[in-house]
Amino acid sequence: MNAQIDFTGLTGWIHQTLTDYLPGGCVLAVELIAAAIAIVVMVVVMVILMIYAERKIAGFMQLRLGPMRVGWCGSMQAIADVLKLLLKECVTPFQADKLLFSLAPFVVLTTSFLAIMPFSYAPGLQLWDINIGVLYVTAISSISVMGVMMAGWASHNKYSLLGAMRSGAQIVSYELSVGMSLVAVIALSGSLSIHGIIASQADGWWIVKGHVPAVIAFVIFIIASTAELNRAPFDLAEAEQELTAGFHTEYSGMQFAMFFLAEYANMLIVAMLGATVFLGGWQPLVIPGLDGFNQVMDYIPGFCWFFGKIFFVVFLIMWFRWTFPRLRIDQLLRLEWKFLLPISIVNVLLAACVAVL
Amino acid sequence: MRNRGIRYIGSIGEAFFSLGKGMCRTFSSMVHPKRILTLQYPENRGTTLYVPERFQGELRLIRGEDGYKCTACTLCQLACPNGTIRLTTKTVVNAEGKSKRVLDQYVYNLGSCTFCGQCVDACNFGALEMTNRFENSEYDKGKLVRLLNPAEPFGKEGRL
Repeated sequence: MNAQIDFTGLTGWIHQTLTDYLPGGCVLAVELIAAAIAIVVMVVVMVILMIYAERKIAGFMQLRLGPMRVGWCGSMQAIADVLKLLLKECVTPFQADKLLFSLAPFVVLTTSFLAIMPFSYAPGLQLWDINIGVLYVTAISSISVMGVMMAGWASHNKYSLLGAMRSGAQIVSYELSVGMSLVAVIALSGSLSIHGIIASQADGWWIVKGHVPAVIAFVIFIIASTAELNRAPFDLAEAEQELTAGFHTEYSGMQFAMFFLAEYANMLIVAMLGATVFLGGWQPLVIPGLDGFNQVMDYIPGFCWFFGKIFFVVFLIMWFRWTFPRLRIDQLLRLEWKFLLPISIVNVLLAACVAVL
Repeated sequence: MRNRGIRYIGSIGEAFFSLGKGMCRTFSSMVHPKRILTLQYPENRGTTLYVPERFQGELRLIRGEDGYKCTACTLCQLACPNGTIRLTTKTVVNAEGKSKRVLDQYVYNLGSCTFCGQCVDACNFGALEMTNRFENSEYDKGKLVRLLNPAEPFGKEGRL
């Protein structure tokens, strides 16, 4: 084990202090509330950073400058946008299904926050060490399609409905590839828990250690999760030219902001999952044989590694978005059923062979 | 059967090659900020603001050695799709006693001009050009109607 900062002491100290001053039931409640606040703050801060990064990266990739007016080099732009959305009215269409219409953004956002729970940010810094972590994340993140369908159906708008249907078809197909690519690494690591997977990468990340199957699995994972996120080049669900804005056409104000937040939170989840499973979570870069180098890497704190990896995956996804043109619906389904799924099934076989040998 | 298998794998390789080429393109754009085309407009007035010569902005009458080159043939007026150009003529008698029709007033309504440049194309005498001036906004609509051939001493285009 390496010499990284361990947060077990800190969390243990907080727990001890609370038990000293509060009765038993209250300790759990206070701890849960504190954890929830920490998660919400983390997600919101990361989403703001990601929105700014996205706009800047998009700008530079298209030979523009991106936002430049609000704050230093437009750094306050995301905050200004949120303030604008807060001040706007939430319009409900006349013939909309009122209950489903107002419930949908909450369903989408709640599932995103639920899926963030089992991740580990640094040694000893994990909210919920569940022994089926990866399975839990993939299972929960597929519930969000329910929210999307609710939004599309309740809006009473043909654009919304078409967008939601496309989104459903897309998420249902691409989930398979995401699952299969994760299974390849799970076969190698022999554990479904997030902590176990990270611990199994102490002597090298799976993408390095896992030979060809892990690399193929990582590529498939990135492609399929981009599709699951409904982001370009797979943004058929909200193809602006065809469907105005897809399932959230009718949403405005804070309800729209919640969909937006959920979209970026989902991107964060995908980046976290990719970083945890393929890039070693908070494990530093280890090159066998170079002990001096490994020790220097150990001095960089675990959460720096983790968030660095998250931003690497996020950058990859943004890079895709601002490079590739959108796929047609038949191309989208052909890519999944004729290419990604067969390859990932063969890849699981390969990974099993590697794991056995 | 074998051919199809090879084609399947070949198509994957081809796809990765072409997608990678595109990604290299965007990445090189991202890491070369010098290629950025955006100008920070109101701040860079008079410093780095660059409007290309070929930009079609406000119309201007070209002056030769003896006054404007315009012969008042009204071809530009006929060519204009919006009726932006309105010119009036007058008859003057020159030193040899011949009467000649010359330009009196060249009125140009900037408000209805679409900067299509058909007037410049129609002119047979090279008397018109489109400048690269683009800051044309005015608070009063009347100020957009301009006289392009003000009296000689004033030189610059005046307001009508």
